[in-house]
Amino acid sequence: MENHLAVRVSKLGKQFQRGEHLSQRANSGRLTEVLTSNVKSLLTRRRKDVQLVDKFWALQDINFEVQHGEIVGIIGRNGAGKSTLLKILSRITRPTSGKIEINGRMGSLLEVGVGFHPDLTGRENIYLNGVIMGMRREEVGRKFDEIVEFSEIEKFIDTPVKRYSSGMYTRLAFSVAAHLDPDILVVDEVLAVGDMSFQKKCLNKMEDVGTEGRTVLFVSHNMSAVTRLCPRSILLDNGQIVTDGPSAQAVGQYLQSGLDTKARRRWDNPSIAPGNDRVRLIEVRICDENRNVQDALDIRHPIRIEMDYEVLKETVLVPNYHVMNDNGIKVFVVHDLDPAWRGRVRSKGNYTSTSIIPGNFLSEGSHIVGAAISTHDPLVVHFYERDAVAFQVIDSLDGDSARGDYASHMDGIVRPLLEWETEYHK
Amino acid sequence: MNNNNSNQYITLVIDADNNKVLEFRTIWAYHDLIWFLSWSNVAVRYKQTILGVLWAVIQPFLAMIVFSIFFGLLLGVGSDNIPYPLFSYAALLPWQYFSSALNGISMSLVSNQALLTKVFFPRIIIPVSSILPPLIDLGIASIMYFVLMLLYGRTFSWEILLLPLFLLLAIMTAFGFGIWIATLNVKYRDFRYILQFLLQIWLFASPVTYSTSIVPDSWLPIYSINPMVSVIDGFRWALLGGDFPALIPLLISTLISTFMVLSGLYYFNRNEGLFADII
Repeated sequence: MENHLAVRVSKLGKQFQRGEHLSQRANSGRLTEVLTSNVKSLLTRRRKDVQLVDKFWALQDINFEVQHGEIVGIIGRNGAGKSTLLKILSRITRPTSGKIEINGRMGSLLEVGVGFHPDLTGRENIYLNGVIMGMRREEVGRKFDEIVEFSEIEKFIDTPVKRYSSGMYTRLAFSVAAHLDPDILVVDEVLAVGDMSFQKKCLNKMEDVGTEGRTVLFVSHNMSAVTRLCPRSILLDNGQIVTDGPSAQAVGQYLQSGLDTKARRRWDNPSIAPGNDRVRLIEVRICDENRNVQDALDIRHPIRIEMDYEVLKETVLVPNYHVMNDNGIKVFVVHDLDPAWRGRVRSKGNYTSTSIIPGNFLSEGSHIVGAAISTHDPLVVHFYERDAVAFQVIDSLDGDSARGDYASHMDGIVRPLLEWETEYHK
Repeated sequence: MNNNNSNQYITLVIDADNNKVLEFRTIWAYHDLIWFLSWSNVAVRYKQTILGVLWAVIQPFLAMIVFSIFFGLLLGVGSDNIPYPLFSYAALLPWQYFSSALNGISMSLVSNQALLTKVFFPRIIIPVSSILPPLIDLGIASIMYFVLMLLYGRTFSWEILLLPLFLLLAIMTAFGFGIWIATLNVKYRDFRYILQFLLQIWLFASPVTYSTSIVPDSWLPIYSINPMVSVIDGFRWALLGGDFPALIPLLISTLISTFMVLSGLYYFNRNEGLFADII
């Protein structure tokens, strides 16, 4: 295999059995059922495979290559085959067809703290877990102090881990994992552990891994983490690769295919559309600056929130939008103050009202938009559609957004690009 | 730790069409793990117990008392002119090892589900790591045997030097049967119950409470299909002297044990790749 390649996956497939087959119900797999089914198939002279087994492909015809030093995100809905792919790459389960070549030492992190024993002390568990993850004993010994320091639990290192808080436990577990030092690292969503500040530390450590020229395959549901960490992503759906390309593209496609996140919503049936006898909502959508509907938008560019509505009776109307982030915090409310229409009666007919959020304003991550139209004097809310549309703001690592060259997690509900002044006082 | 010679990676190939055999190189690469898993099995064995390692002595000792009262005293079972407590304790040493190791090995895969589904290493390491912990118990229980020898005023002779061979046979028997049950148990949890039942029957099919000399000669070839017959006779001979176990039964036992180990490894290896899917 070519030396610049870290991983080559060719024609990979994995078949599982589903339905009435015994091995699927392994936890209740009973011998009697096997015996009776064997006897039955003998008596009826039928091949029991056909009768009992319903097979399906969890992965099919997967082909991709990863170069050394590349960081690749693997995304997809639950059941798309991400975990199966990861388990095959980590050699936990075997493929049904195809071939994988791996160039270099592979470390996989499907879970942190595998094999931790509650009765053993922190020190003992570091050794046990390290060796389970594929380190040599001397290697754990060499990195021991570093691991303990990283975990921030020096004082409790000789206490059985069953006395640890869950935060301490995950910190220790991740610290061992973070010191694996493989050539190729396969990581599942293990970063969703521990407290916020420790999560950040772990993300930083992950990024270090990437910059040290190591290859990383990163499975995650956290789209902002994926777009931040991985220049390239592979989108899986139904066990097949749908997209393999720049993360923004793959993430965009993932979000578009989603059911709960939609950048456009339309009410074709007037009887169920939000509104009253004066105004009726038709459509709400999120667009980029070229007025194309988009789920994933670049943080640096303006975002257009547009709504189409029909005025049924002449009224003074104030369209307004409510933007919330994924923590449910209302980022802002904006009212239409366009002087051309402010206080003016709108005659019957169809309208489109657009509010433009400037680039470098919202923080990265998902946002939900509520759309409303009201009259303010006297106050009447004609409709307020709370979760009308949703979109994702993506902050790339090009260096010209507010994050500059800072590559890890950034707090804050907005991420403005502010002016700075420096005065030098000699 | 960056690779100094980054152009010389070791290439690993996972090929669905290639039925791999046990890769001793990979197992060797993980030999630290055998040690650490064994060690942790030992370390947690008697954690949070008041009597701790004393349990390793108490169990065979109490069994010896009970056997001595019921079989030795009340039933008058013959013990080849050896004091019954010594006679039964010499058999209980390998028996306790065997039943404890068989149990540990058989349950090892299902009780390490997290390891099987979350991390890679040669799976054979899990059952192998269950061989050692009961050996430590055996070592501790042997101290009580020395005390008994002193009490009865007996001494060891050269035969004890051959004890490790019979111990090896006990290990092979436990491992051979254990690895079969462990693999089957991944798929069919029936074996958890079968094992408990099996061990009860097995105790009476082995000369723990009685002497092999009461078994008719014509039965011996069938009787010694149970390798524990030769193990226990061997232990008694090595510890207490007397007649060396009959050769044909010894040969049969050894063959059976070897066969179970080899076929067990084969069966284990064929199913290893599916453990994570069906456990």
